[in-house]
Amino acid sequence: MIGPFRARFRLHRNGSLDLRITNEERELVGHLTEQLRDLLMGTTASGAVDPAMRRLYPTAHADDADLEDEYQAGKRDELLSRRLENIDTVERTLGAEVLSEVEAATWIKTINDLRLVLGTKLDVIEEDDITDLDPDEEDSYPKAVYHYLGHLLGELIDAVNP
Amino acid sequence: MAEPDTGAVIIDERKGDTLLDEDNPWVVIVWNDPINLMNYVVMVLQKLFGYSREKATDLMLDVHNKGRAVVSNGTRDEAELDVFRLHENGLWATMQQD
Repeated sequence: MIGPFRARFRLHRNGSLDLRITNEERELVGHLTEQLRDLLMGTTASGAVDPAMRRLYPTAHADDADLEDEYQAGKRDELLSRRLENIDTVERTLGAEVLSEVEAATWIKTINDLRLVLGTKLDVIEEDDITDLDPDEEDSYPKAVYHYLGHLLGELIDAVNP
Repeated sequence: MAEPDTGAVIIDERKGDTLLDEDNPWVVIVWNDPINLMNYVVMVLQKLFGYSREKATDLMLDVHNKGRAVVSNGTRDEAELDVFRLHENGLWATMQQD
């Protein structure tokens, strides 16, 4: 849709994407991916899963504990290393004005990961749960960030999958 | 949040087809969750399974409205790979023998 403002994202024929977000947004995304990396690394070091991370490691076999153990043993580290690689890619391209097709897909995945963790922390239980933002509320900052990430993600998806 | 109902029998119009296909006894199920955006789920289903936007949208709406949808089926290894790719993309997927 063409609005009165220049589109923040523009898809080229070769799949690359113009990324016209502000420096403040880039800083925020970088700040959040840094925290996500810490959370992901903390998860392996202690062997325990931060409850906020449970959506990043879903159950594969809900009705068979043995198969589930096997799945987690085989795939968990791979899921972790893919996510860390994705974070590296986003951080490497934080200042980029153009993302390649692969980089844009990686941004989308990582921003979705951020929303999954933040949404779990905020205990989002309904779609559109977080709409009214009260600045005096204790969770107002993470809620605003969650809200912003949803907006950014929606824009990115609409740009790459119009 | 819609917890996987492990005791449930999956009611899906394609079940008849998958039952006939004895080589593909595992089904991959995507569950509803309140965080993933609808257009994100559509994009992931298109990308991972090569589904048309229409089919991916129908599946997404099934997940959204019915709480879950069968998105693929195959051998155990095939289903496990699909589940892994869905997990990698942040979707809530499980697999079970049909």
